[in-house]
Amino acid sequence: MKLAIASGKGGTGKTTFSVNLARVFGAPVQLLDCDVEEPNAHLFLNGTNLHTETVSIPVPEVDEARCDGCGECGRFCQYKAIVAIKTAPLIFPELCHGCGGCAKVCPRHAIREINHPIGVIETSERGQITLIQGRLDIGIAMAPPLIRAVKKRLRSGMPAILDAPPGTSCPVIATLRDVDYALLVTEPTPFGLHDLKLAVEMIRELGIPFGVGVNRYGVGDERVHEFCAAENIPVLLELPDDRRIAEAYSRGELIVDALPEYRASFLNLLKKIGFFENHPSR
Amino acid sequence: MKIALTTSGENLEAPLDRRFGRAARFLLYDLKNRTFELIDNAQNLNAAQGAGIQAAETIVRAGADAVVSGHCGPKAFRVLQAAGVAIYNCEAATIAEALELLKDGKLQPAAAADVEGHW
Repeated sequence: MKLAIASGKGGTGKTTFSVNLARVFGAPVQLLDCDVEEPNAHLFLNGTNLHTETVSIPVPEVDEARCDGCGECGRFCQYKAIVAIKTAPLIFPELCHGCGGCAKVCPRHAIREINHPIGVIETSERGQITLIQGRLDIGIAMAPPLIRAVKKRLRSGMPAILDAPPGTSCPVIATLRDVDYALLVTEPTPFGLHDLKLAVEMIRELGIPFGVGVNRYGVGDERVHEFCAAENIPVLLELPDDRRIAEAYSRGELIVDALPEYRASFLNLLKKIGFFENHPSR
Repeated sequence: MKIALTTSGENLEAPLDRRFGRAARFLLYDLKNRTFELIDNAQNLNAAQGAGIQAAETIVRAGADAVVSGHCGPKAFRVLQAAGVAIYNCEAATIAEALELLKDGKLQPAAAADVEGHW
């Protein structure tokens, strides 16, 4: 099973839920940090690095001797990553989505594709958890291709937890595609509720079964719960606003290790969504 | 010589828009004939990215020899420079004032982009 941990609002506890769920699972599990603009799951795992690989996307390179400046490439590119006016095309690799269309439409075959590095995938291991995280290079704005590359490293047959980026835009969609279940983490505040509603709209559009996890329960008000009740959305876990959790977090410790009384809550969540199915050993 | 000026208005008294890529439209002024035409740029107002590039392409195709605007970012600058279009950064309040400054030789062509992208 592939479980994604997402949220509308940032800073609600996606990584907290992801790493602790992976830790309590108790069998080999893959944890994918798809928040490639600032991956942070590794801070809580401190695993042993296995390998690092570079991820590139194909971007155009123009043979100016062959180019007659016809501009077909620029007319084709909807991202304006290649522009030809009068002269040989100008290329903006940072805008290129790597579709290869410009090379295909070029009547003089003057465009070939070269690799443009956008980030790395780092794989590490701690106990039963294999952490696969993407890390986008500084200055690169194109997260989805790296997220898709991270997801390609998934080994089928082993359950996976995907820590998504915040929000509801392309990087989140790239993370959520093809997952079996999504947990939307929120906090019981007006901001939390507002962004939860956006995330619910998004996830319904994608047609993925989902439930809600409420972090720092006790702050704010009851409106998140009222919304979930009215929309028939299951609230799968309420993590209380417990100072000891914040203290453990600030030391980079996992809640389920530092405060074992919370293990049952995380395990229950996994049971409720059927994460243990296909794992008869448990 | 044709000058493209950024604006939200539709005549010479209209304000000079400080933005290049996301200006509502361009007023293309013909210095020789003292006439102008308006070129729409609405498609770029809400573009997530590439607005400066697209805007630069639009005015190059319209035959502009120079651009007068508040600021110009790095991508638009690269396209305009490649096409041989001069760029003048100008703080004038209106199109007419900007044209006066240009005609009086009080504006200097920019040697580089003066703002970051998405400023």
